[in-house]
Amino acid sequence: MTGPSGPSGPSGPSGPGIPGQPTFPSRGGTGAGPGPGPGGVDPGALDPGETLALTTRGTAGPSPSRRASLGSGDAPSSDSATGQAGSPGSVGSAGSVGVTSGGWEPGNRRPPWHPAELFSPARLRLLGVMVLVGLLAAVVTGRTGNSDKPLQAAWDSIVDPRIVLFLVLAVALWLVVVLGGELRALVTRLATPVRAPFATAYGRRGGPIGLNLVLLAVAIIAPLLFSTAAQQSMVNDIGIYALLALGLNVVVGYAGLLDLGYIAFFAIGAYATAYFSSQTAMPWHAPFTLNPFFVFPIALILAGLAGVILGAPTLRLRGDYLAIVTLGFGEIIQIVANNADSITNGARGAFGVPHLSIHLPGIDYTWGIEPLPYYYLLLAIIVLVMIAFGRLERSRIGRSWAAIREDEIAAEATGVATLRLKLLAFAIGASVSGFAGVLFASKQFFNPQSFSLQASFFVVAVVIFGGLGSRLGVVVGAVVLQGLAFYLRDKVQPADRYIYFGAVIVVMMIFRPQGLVPSRRRRREIELSEAGIGGADALGPAPTGARP
Amino acid sequence: MGFFDQFWQLTIDGLMVGSLYAVIALGYTLVYGVLQLINFAHSEVFMLGSFGGLFAARALLPDHGVPGGFESVCLVAVGLGVGAACGALAAFTLERVAYRPLRRRAAPRLAYLISAIGASLFAVNLAGKEFGRQNVDLPDLFHNGTVFTIFGAQVSTQSLVIFGVAIAMLIGLDRLVAGTRLGQGIRAVAQDADTAVLMGVNVERIIIVTFIVGGLLAGAGGFLYAMTFNASYNMGFVPGVKAFTAAVLGGIGNVRGAMLGGLLLGLVESYGGYLFQASYKDVIAFLVLVAILMIRPSGLLGERLGRAA
Amino acid sequence: MLLTLSDVEVAYGAVTALRGVNLQVDEGEIVTLLGANGAGKTTTLRTISGLLRPRSGEVRLDGRPLSTIPPHDLVALGVSHVPEGRRVFPSMSVRENLLMGAYRERRHVREDLDRVFALFPRLQERIGQAGGTLSGGEQQMLAIGRALMSRPRLVLLDEPSMGLAPMVVRTIFEVIAEINRDGVAVLLVEQNAASALRIAGRGYVLETGEVVLANTAADLLADDRVRQAYLGEDLTPTS
Repeated sequence: MTGPSGPSGPSGPSGPGIPGQPTFPSRGGTGAGPGPGPGGVDPGALDPGETLALTTRGTAGPSPSRRASLGSGDAPSSDSATGQAGSPGSVGSAGSVGVTSGGWEPGNRRPPWHPAELFSPARLRLLGVMVLVGLLAAVVTGRTGNSDKPLQAAWDSIVDPRIVLFLVLAVALWLVVVLGGELRALVTRLATPVRAPFATAYGRRGGPIGLNLVLLAVAIIAPLLFSTAAQQSMVNDIGIYALLALGLNVVVGYAGLLDLGYIAFFAIGAYATAYFSSQTAMPWHAPFTLNPFFVFPIALILAGLAGVILGAPTLRLRGDYLAIVTLGFGEIIQIVANNADSITNGARGAFGVPHLSIHLPGIDYTWGIEPLPYYYLLLAIIVLVMIAFGRLERSRIGRSWAAIREDEIAAEATGVATLRLKLLAFAIGASVSGFAGVLFASKQFFNPQSFSLQASFFVVAVVIFGGLGSRLGVVVGAVVLQGLAFYLRDKVQPADRYIYFGAVIVVMMIFRPQGLVPSRRRRREIELSEAGIGGADALGPAPTGARP
Repeated sequence: MGFFDQFWQLTIDGLMVGSLYAVIALGYTLVYGVLQLINFAHSEVFMLGSFGGLFAARALLPDHGVPGGFESVCLVAVGLGVGAACGALAAFTLERVAYRPLRRRAAPRLAYLISAIGASLFAVNLAGKEFGRQNVDLPDLFHNGTVFTIFGAQVSTQSLVIFGVAIAMLIGLDRLVAGTRLGQGIRAVAQDADTAVLMGVNVERIIIVTFIVGGLLAGAGGFLYAMTFNASYNMGFVPGVKAFTAAVLGGIGNVRGAMLGGLLLGLVESYGGYLFQASYKDVIAFLVLVAILMIRPSGLLGERLGRAA
Repeated sequence: MLLTLSDVEVAYGAVTALRGVNLQVDEGEIVTLLGANGAGKTTTLRTISGLLRPRSGEVRLDGRPLSTIPPHDLVALGVSHVPEGRRVFPSMSVRENLLMGAYRERRHVREDLDRVFALFPRLQERIGQAGGTLSGGEQQMLAIGRALMSRPRLVLLDEPSMGLAPMVVRTIFEVIAEINRDGVAVLLVEQNAASALRIAGRGYVLETGEVVLANTAADLLADDRVRQAYLGEDLTPTS
């Protein structure tokens, strides 16, 4: 879109195809919208009276789809041109945007720290948003209240001296966003040498073997450096959730479906373990007792079957129905586990599920209460699952999933059995969850509390945070988010941690939907779909008002 | 007592709860109609409205026991008003924070669902932190006696108030959508947003107003809900799923469908809860949802927002 | 000059759909925009309406740039767009559809309804029927009628003859000419080049996002390239 004023006369010369008529560089934001959303700057709205310098065609403006100026705050690198490209100095070609942009030509435009720029209405509004965010942060991190004095806690948190810190942070954040262009260029320049090896490693075909080996070595050594409590958390929280996230990633990341009751399959695996491997854990048990290792295939099949039963009627319909049906299913499983005393032992849960053990000629080993053996077992499983899913992703099936995400109708037309493949993804995800349930049950005591909806949401958060469709990403997501949870464990109440996780999800969706360690393919899909080409999930067309 | 002795009582109770489901379901259906998106955080709008109304009514409650007469009317009106206002504010904030940035970027659909879940998680647990995690009950705002008896079933003042207010809101909304210029805009956006723009409809404004209307209803509904049940930080989830079921049952995106679906679901649940075990009541709604999705996914009245109005 | 496009470039992501399109429409004239599928005709109209934003270049109405005007305000400036595929509101009645055309300005509704019914008596017969249940021709009439309800100065028509029987096409073109006689400018996108050039004063030919020919309608009708490519002469007819 062009600047509001330009040197050409009110009516252009008549006749089409005038050679030499100047092209206007486009500007990043829309001047028409009611202002930027939270965290966005709107360069288009900055200085309506100012004449833009003319450049001829070839100016690397932002794509027209980027009408919204959001994301300039913390946008992914290749999109970060949004806030910048409007400045006349950036004639760089796409690809190097963000690095090339930088200096201005005096006379064309005032620098952003000029008061008239700094205190334009759009930026003042942004400052207001930042202050609100600061106040909210103060309330979130502040005192715990109660219903007798409902607003007392919030008020106390705001009048607390700590508020100064939050306001300073808010203003600092605002400055970072407002002066973001400069900073971003600087950061990109500084970060490039650091990121380059990673980027080239990932750019090579066949995968970054060296890098992966380094990461694996870190994963092997890491637990030795921590306390036993931390090791326990690395197994129960990080390890199990990394495995769960890898499974959910097949559903959400590969097939583009949303499963909100993912923990239900985990519960199925755990209860199956108690049922098949112990005579005493539950009021009800199988006529025979199995080593938990042999429960793995059973749980795999049971959970997969449950996935098929749940998915088959739902997947034919709009994708978002699946989300709500799985949500309901997750709740139902928990209700049943809690109430069916004679089958599941109710709220008391299952005691005495045996630990994993191997009894072979020459080998006789039992995993005990020590976390480390479980850790290495889990690590091995996770690595195997990652390798397997990597092959799956690059297989015919994986390509079909990509086709379904990008254009379901076209996929169907070229002979992809979309319904079957979606169901397959859903069942694979469910199986992994059931598998993880066996590990969990044999490791420790569980009760229906372990399978709350919040846990399902947490897995979703891990996948989103790490990077949809990225195997390494979701594992990193589990490490970071569970690490955060572990770090917060004595600082905030356990339930309050979900406030932070919720905020993380929203912030990620706004600013970095591709996640921490994005999969290249997913990232490209998201970018293209935001430009109006193709889709990025299997949920149908983008909602109203989402127009490129 | 057998089922048939209880039939009328169950019917009355079912209709009362069902009218609340209908009120909440309208929020889902309106937003779905306009955005083709399930607003997963709607249950939190309901919860916040409920707390708002409850705290306002409690703050004004005189300390001489159960109020009566004009005092009661004022208290209920204040509770409804503040509840609706809180709901509207919550819905507005939700749209601004969790949806609009994504819409401006034309994000893929999955992003909206996830963002809404994040917002929901945030709101639920922040409410838990601020208001405590116990049930909060609303003291009686009026003398809750039996007003009249019909077929041996007692109709209490409370059921009458809840049902009456809910039905009044349903009728009001129906008129709004069918008979006003705003309703015309909402229906146009729901049927064809691009073309609505060409007709001069400001889609952004319609979207935000739709959220606000849904929030008003859910907030007032939340206050009514708190009269019979309790309020708590996680109160939104179960009625939320049920209201969604009601919306799908009637045909999501269809205003009158949501009303019909809500009342029907209330009845089914009331009868079912009596016939089976009360703790499995929530399971019934879910089974109904799965059954409709399998048998008639477009719902009883079809899915068009414009059609029924 | 009523409408001016200068060097308009539009892209969907990395795909460029319009490359430097220049185009004018003057008060009261009929201008037609010809081209094959995918040439960028619909994209041009959607850009004028503000549904798409140009990557560079500019759209001006009465010399005033439209870049800062939100698309929903364009109706108020006198531009009506009859979209491709008619796009009547399927669950609204004929009357409600027509009222949608007058969403921004309600003062003349009664008069304007009468005017539309005079142009299309069929619509009056179907007044209570849902838009989605009309035949293709009736839907096209409704879409045009709806666009007229806002008393436009410029009507953008996107392939009004698409998929209609020849009889109906003739009616539609007659009505377009009649609308124009009242002083309304028309920018007509058509694949049916012969009919379009017959009622138009001037025409443009788009190919892969570029204007390759611009001339009076008479000259275009006489142009060999146009005759070959769009009127199907000396070749097997193109569809």
